Amino acid sequence: MQAPAVSRNRTRLIGPSALLPVGLLVAAVLLVAGLAASMAVGAANIHISTVVEAIFRYDASLFDHLIIRTVRLPRVIAGAMIGAGLAVAGAIMQGLTANPLASPGVLGINAGAAFAVVLGVYLLGGLPLLGYGILAISGAGAAAVIVYALGSVGRGGATPVKLTLAGVIFAMFTSAFTTAILVLDSNTFDQIRFWTVGSLAGRGWDIVLWMGPIVAVGLLGAMLLSRQITTISLGQDIAKGLGQNTALVRALAAVMVILLAGGSVAIAGPVGFVGLVIPHVVRVVCGMDYRWILPYAAVAGAMLVTLADTLGRVVQRPQEIPVGVMLAFVGAPFFIYLARWRVR
Amino acid sequence: MEGIRTSDLSLAYDREMIIKQLGLSIVSGEITTLVGPNGCGKSTLLRGLARLLKPQTGEVLLDGKAIHTMPTKQLARQLGILPQGPTAPEGLTVYELVAQGRYPHQGFFQQWSDEDAEATREAIAVTNMVAFADRPLDTLSGGQRQRAWIAMALAQDTPILLLDEPTTFLDIGYQLEVMELIERLNRERQMTILLVLHDLNQAARYSDRMIVLSDGQVVADGSPHAVLTQALLAEVFKVRANIVADPDSGSPVCLPYRAVGAELIATPRPRREL
Repeated sequence: MQAPAVSRNRTRLIGPSALLPVGLLVAAVLLVAGLAASMAVGAANIHISTVVEAIFRYDASLFDHLIIRTVRLPRVIAGAMIGAGLAVAGAIMQGLTANPLASPGVLGINAGAAFAVVLGVYLLGGLPLLGYGILAISGAGAAAVIVYALGSVGRGGATPVKLTLAGVIFAMFTSAFTTAILVLDSNTFDQIRFWTVGSLAGRGWDIVLWMGPIVAVGLLGAMLLSRQITTISLGQDIAKGLGQNTALVRALAAVMVILLAGGSVAIAGPVGFVGLVIPHVVRVVCGMDYRWILPYAAVAGAMLVTLADTLGRVVQRPQEIPVGVMLAFVGAPFFIYLARWRVR
Repeated sequence: MEGIRTSDLSLAYDREMIIKQLGLSIVSGEITTLVGPNGCGKSTLLRGLARLLKPQTGEVLLDGKAIHTMPTKQLARQLGILPQGPTAPEGLTVYELVAQGRYPHQGFFQQWSDEDAEATREAIAVTNMVAFADRPLDTLSGGQRQRAWIAMALAQDTPILLLDEPTTFLDIGYQLEVMELIERLNRERQMTILLVLHDLNQAARYSDRMIVLSDGQVVADGSPHAVLTQALLAEVFKVRANIVADPDSGSPVCLPYRAVGAELIATPRPRREL
């Protein structure tokens, strides 16, 4: 008939798309399959059917079952947790700061958490696992405050460029101290050598059970805040004008970022690029609605880390390339792409 | 409805006092325009009236109640504001943006309702954005983008709307489109509209009332005919101008022909010591 009828149809079509939940479900199934496949790969390959058996019909007398249950299962869970944690933290940071380069790695949160852990081990010696968690979260929190304060100095507040510069400089500065401690103190170095480049090697149930709840709380809180983050991503003034308590939302979102990034660093050390890359990839699929961006980012981040960790175990067998190094191979070119074409 | 009233309102940026003890009232159902030279505080005042800025002294009253003590969502159901030159995240579609206007009508757990969908659809229709509803904002022209932002403010469904320079950086055709939309919202929905405008003639053409600010103070306040005088243009805007009647609407149009103090600029000024 007339134009308005056609147009009204189009308007209805573009509400929350019916395909988004389906896509998320498919991605989650793929993630589970990926985790299982990852457990089949290692110093000795184990058949995938044995992996499934070890999980559902565990027989402690079988060596393969034992390896799956005590070594590989906690490792892939740890990988999935840090992937989800870092990706969601990155997505929140990008939404909150209107900065496409924001991520726990680029803005120095990971470096701050890592420095706090290294300093703690240097000063106090060996620590219980919870100690690592507390140190990492304190370091992440301190880094967030310092970088934001540095980035906000001067005219225009925390612009993307200033915030990114502050983060990168802070990360270099603290990494220098981290390196210095590790070089000067061989004892500390031996304890956490692999940890500082970002590695999942040898992560067992103990660390998963201690840090899991921290990351889980961060993820849950992030999901509850997701709608608020969409609103604040329109800008501080618009969000306030719409009646949002922006100070409260920012503070709560920052707490979630610190829990997620701090918890992830406590598990695997500073792993970069997941938090930067995943949110951009996810937005191509599901647009700008953080109610979808955050769950998609969690699943996609877990997938990326699982993939990188699996490849790192395969390419140079029997040696391993740490997951942090593997991710840098993918992440660095992507960072250049963002810096070149996406930052205005 | 008595509209917006301020008493003894002072607003500051970075400890610099911009608006000083200002008393003002905005009448419901009118289009009121704030004009004034650069840096006179008109945007600051608008931000203060929408509680984007906390007052140093005094208060802003909406229907007799102080807005800074009101729950933020309650105020956002009464008063919408569109700041100057808002930017949307890349990839955000018009529909998604306009839907955000429903924020103050939603609770923490209460999600999207039929009423929200209806208000969003209507706001898109009123602003003639139906054909662009599923397009990302960054693919639209400046005028279409501005209309999308206005649609968001309309979805908010407030009796009062504040707009900061909604026509700046737009081509003249888009400027008139936006101004005509604003006029229509006022006439058809009795919306109270308060604008900051840069263009004096546009302000005179579309407003019921003009308020001239200079250095944080109100220096003239009344109908465009009463406000737009040669004396005021010379004193506040530092221009000598003729005032003529617009052949189309009869509203006053100013035609500036010389800067006041131009003779001073002709003689070389002493170099300032560094």
